[in-house]
Amino acid sequence: MRNIVIIGNGISGVTAARHIRKHSEDNITIISAETEHFFSRTALMYIYMGHMKYESTKPYEDFFWKKNRIDLVYDYVEQIDFKNKNLQLKQSENMEYDVLVIAVGSKSNMFGWPGQDLEAVQGLYSYQDLESMEKYSPTTQNAVIVGGGLIGMEMGEMFHTRNIDVTFVVRENSFWNNVIPPEESEIINRHIRKHGFNLMLETEISEIIDDGNGRAKGVKLKDGGEMDAQFVGLTVGVSPNIDFLKDSELETNKGIKVNEYFETNQTDVYAIGDCAEFQEAPAEDRKPIEQVWYTGRMHGETLAQTICGNKTAYQPGVWFNSAKFLDIEYQTYGQVGNQPDEDTEVHFYWEHKKGEKSIRLIFHKEDKTLKGVNLMGVRYRHEVCDKMIRDNWPMKKVFQNLKKANFDPEFFKKHEDELVGMYNERYPNDVVKLSRKKILGVF
Amino acid sequence: MKSLKIIHKIGLIVFTIGFFTFLSLFFLGQYQLDKNDLREVIGEETFPLVDEFASDIYDNKYNNQFAFISDFKSVLEQSNQEVKAKFEIKSDLAKEIANSIEGKAFQQSAIEKAIGEPSGEEEEWQLKQLKDYTGWMEGKEYESSEELTSQLENVIADVNKSIISQKGFSQNNINNKAFTITKQSEVGPVVQNPWLWLFLAIGIPIIGAIMYLLPKLKTEHAGIKNDGIFHSALKNRGWIGILLGTFLISFYVFLYWYPEYMTSWIVMVDPLSKMISGNPASQWFMYGFLYTLAILVMGVRMMIKYRHSPYQLIRTVSVMFFQLSFAFVIPEILVRLNQPYMDLKNMWPLDYTFFFDYRLNEMIEAGTIGLFMLGWGIALFAIGVPLFTYLYGKRWYCSWVCGCGGLAETLGDPYRQLSDKSLGAWKIERWLVHSVLVFVVVMTAGVLYTFFTGSSELLGINTYNIRAAYGFGIGAMFSGVIGTGFYPFMGNRVWCRFGCPLAAYLGLVQRFKSRFRITTNGGQCISCGNCSTYCEMGIDVRWYAQRGQNIIRSSCVGCGVCSSVCPRGVLNLENRDENGRFNQPSLIGNDSFGVQS
Ligand SMILES: Cc1cc2nc3c(=O)[nH]c(=O)nc-3n(C[C@H](O)[C@H](O)[C@H](O)COP(=O)(O)OP(=O)(O)OC[C@H]3O[C@@H](n4cnc5c(N)ncnc54)[C@H](O)[C@@H]3O)c2cc1C
Ligand code: SF4
Ligand code: SF4
Repeated sequence: MRNIVIIGNGISGVTAARHIRKHSEDNITIISAETEHFFSRTALMYIYMGHMKYESTKPYEDFFWKKNRIDLVYDYVEQIDFKNKNLQLKQSENMEYDVLVIAVGSKSNMFGWPGQDLEAVQGLYSYQDLESMEKYSPTTQNAVIVGGGLIGMEMGEMFHTRNIDVTFVVRENSFWNNVIPPEESEIINRHIRKHGFNLMLETEISEIIDDGNGRAKGVKLKDGGEMDAQFVGLTVGVSPNIDFLKDSELETNKGIKVNEYFETNQTDVYAIGDCAEFQEAPAEDRKPIEQVWYTGRMHGETLAQTICGNKTAYQPGVWFNSAKFLDIEYQTYGQVGNQPDEDTEVHFYWEHKKGEKSIRLIFHKEDKTLKGVNLMGVRYRHEVCDKMIRDNWPMKKVFQNLKKANFDPEFFKKHEDELVGMYNERYPNDVVKLSRKKILGVF
Repeated sequence: MKSLKIIHKIGLIVFTIGFFTFLSLFFLGQYQLDKNDLREVIGEETFPLVDEFASDIYDNKYNNQFAFISDFKSVLEQSNQEVKAKFEIKSDLAKEIANSIEGKAFQQSAIEKAIGEPSGEEEEWQLKQLKDYTGWMEGKEYESSEELTSQLENVIADVNKSIISQKGFSQNNINNKAFTITKQSEVGPVVQNPWLWLFLAIGIPIIGAIMYLLPKLKTEHAGIKNDGIFHSALKNRGWIGILLGTFLISFYVFLYWYPEYMTSWIVMVDPLSKMISGNPASQWFMYGFLYTLAILVMGVRMMIKYRHSPYQLIRTVSVMFFQLSFAFVIPEILVRLNQPYMDLKNMWPLDYTFFFDYRLNEMIEAGTIGLFMLGWGIALFAIGVPLFTYLYGKRWYCSWVCGCGGLAETLGDPYRQLSDKSLGAWKIERWLVHSVLVFVVVMTAGVLYTFFTGSSELLGINTYNIRAAYGFGIGAMFSGVIGTGFYPFMGNRVWCRFGCPLAAYLGLVQRFKSRFRITTNGGQCISCGNCSTYCEMGIDVRWYAQRGQNIIRSSCVGCGVCSSVCPRGVLNLENRDENGRFNQPSLIGNDSFGVQS
């Protein structure tokens, strides 16, 4: 029986543990310094907004761990002695391992702004970050959020529910347009403003101002202006949380260097999740560091195979992701760049007249097969999109079957006909006929 | 915008004032007993007896129902004492009878001998009772005179026990009379001006509620707004929740067992009842009226809150419609037309009295319409349930049609997050709800056996006792007091989840033979837990969603809220081909190996 020790009780570490338990009787220990039990980081905002209690963000009831013989240690790993396979913990005795999985996640980026260490200046990543947001909220009337990304959006929405005025300071000229195409980005700009947020585009801060007691009281902008802010949110991305490993023999760059088996340069030591950096991107449309929930989970699933004797290379399938901007849900499948590439892509972009829903289908120009799907305010079926992209469905087949891809609830207005109309208009010689709807879903 | 927010706030104040007016009505009644009313209620024959004790209180004007009812009940109890003294048989008589027996075998003639020629009403009654009670002893041999005496003493005790129920007022009877009399003796402000009070106590709160709700259409954007729910003293078992729960529980206790104390509320709706059905209001009319209003007003709230979802809009309109028409207005109109009262969308076994003798007789006697009702009621659960549940899942009833479900989905919506999601609760649920199903089947079988054979004993158990036990334990206690009273403590579907036998039956069909499922959208779940938190049935939806598995649970009522609150669009209620309904847990997106989570 081996001692398998996992540092980090996030989605990647926990998934690895669960899957290892399915195939082996080894001892499994998970160490984390954040919370005693695994909780869903993605739900942090809902705790603050009063949608849920911390308890309800735990995906497994507390008895689960004991029942599955997964030991939990609530402590911080200070150092790792890779030679002697030994962990030095902050509070408890040293711990030995036979196999070590490092799944320590990320930390919020800080770009060296003057004043970034003041009180009430922070990112949102950990449970502790949430607690300090709670702490400063009652004394905050204006919050400035630096960076136009998903976590910034969440932070803004959180403050909004406490009637705190929120200003987004975004370097780009449109929200999140370094990731999504301009039209979708514009939908978000409009939506944010409609909800009463102050959105400052093409703006950067130069400094955070001290109120004299060590707390933020405002920001200075690069172009000279100043703004009040009793809270400054820094949401300009995250990076691997590996400072405590920087001086060790473990090979790191931005993250911990791993190959496709999540092997590091140390024997029996693996890294997964946000903190792993692939020597080579796992697929041509992927990045060497993947910092989303889903990939963390997939890393854990795959590594468990290798640890249990079935050596398996990580092979992610068709990319997908989702998020929510206030009331607008966002889903994406396959490859969707932030700038349509006229030379290699054919786009079909439909937007609802109220401007809060859109569907974008992207085809390869060359062989007219589906490349990616981007959706705002509309839900599509993962299984169908995955199949259409993976099996290189040609354009006509995609449109013929587009209705099957829709995943919106019953009675929602469906818009696939309008997209088919666009197709028929563009290719009048090869039109797609539409099928009839069933009465009461039966006849 | 600003003025809308002000209207919103004023609405809350108006509602609160109205609600307190409603509450205060309970204490506002004044009562005075009228001799003619009393005569009418008691009946000409017994009246003189009661009159003797009641004459003391005719002139009293009572300022609260508690004193009045207590005095009135004591009048009847005094009458009982007198009756008892009058008709009681002395136990010495046993010896006398035994002594006048010749030989070992008992003969009824000995009773006549012992009593002699009956003089007056009392002795006639005593003789008749004794003969009735000893019929089975005729000719029976007794070893000794002592043995016979003690047997006879038992008989006499039994006869004496029957005095109250036959000649006086049983407890049940006292309660019924107290209800009628209290209602008729109301002389307070409400009875003088019921329409005004109806406006003040019901109209004003509704106006307040509408003022509170409608501005949200403009002040809040469409979309899921569960902000602050777990910070709320009302919605997270805080002090307001506790007060509300206490109120609801007390309301149900009065309604089921002490309706005579809530006559002020009933008098208030009297004119309305007369308008609709032609009869004065009973506590059940008042209850139905408030119930319907609650569904309508809170239905409007539900529609505003979930207005981004057509599924929720249509579903809410549906429960509002069925409550207003099928449950409230149509039955009253049937009564007006001298037809049996029937809620045509309610069905056995939720409607557990459907096969009770009085209902069957009523339907049989009502001719074609009655027989149609009988056939309809049977077809609903025998054909409707399997068919529609196969096609659409149990939601076709539980969250679209049913009255209990209707209340849960509207009045109860603010408490849905309080349901227990633990595995332990699920275990209890399965045991409990299926036990109630077995209970109702056994109870109904017993009742039908008695109906057809006339014998009230089945396998040594008295079918009336089972039926009474069910009515008290399940019909009143579970579905009313706990089912609704516990909204602010255990969520809005306590009854539907743990107690409703119809839900159990629908659930069995849904689990094993249905096209309905909640589809999980591949690997998109982020395990946030919103779905589980807001599932009123306490289903840990996330458990399935994060494994990429469809949710197929017998308890799911298809309210669709899990799907509405999911921030990633992972869940979809669907009726589809049964193939692939029970999918293997598997998550799309990882091609490394065949992932089974
Ligand atoms: C607010 C927010 C919202 C998000 N929303 C989404 C979303 O909607 N969709 C999506 O795909 N992704 C989302 N993400 C990203 C996603 O949550 C992360 O990619 C994922 O949680 C990373 O998981 P992980 O297991 O790699 O690491 P983590 O979840 O970060 O777990 C690492 C754990 O290790 C602990 N740890 C670190 N160092 C040590 C040490 N030395 N000793 C002991 N313990 C240590 C940390 O405290 C932490 O608990 C969101 C992230 C945030 C912050
Ligand atoms: S699983 Fe979803 S649809 Fe079913 S009862 Fe729960 S919340 Fe409603
Ligand atoms: S609400 Fe949606 S994303 Fe959250 S746990 Fe449920 S299914 Fe998953």
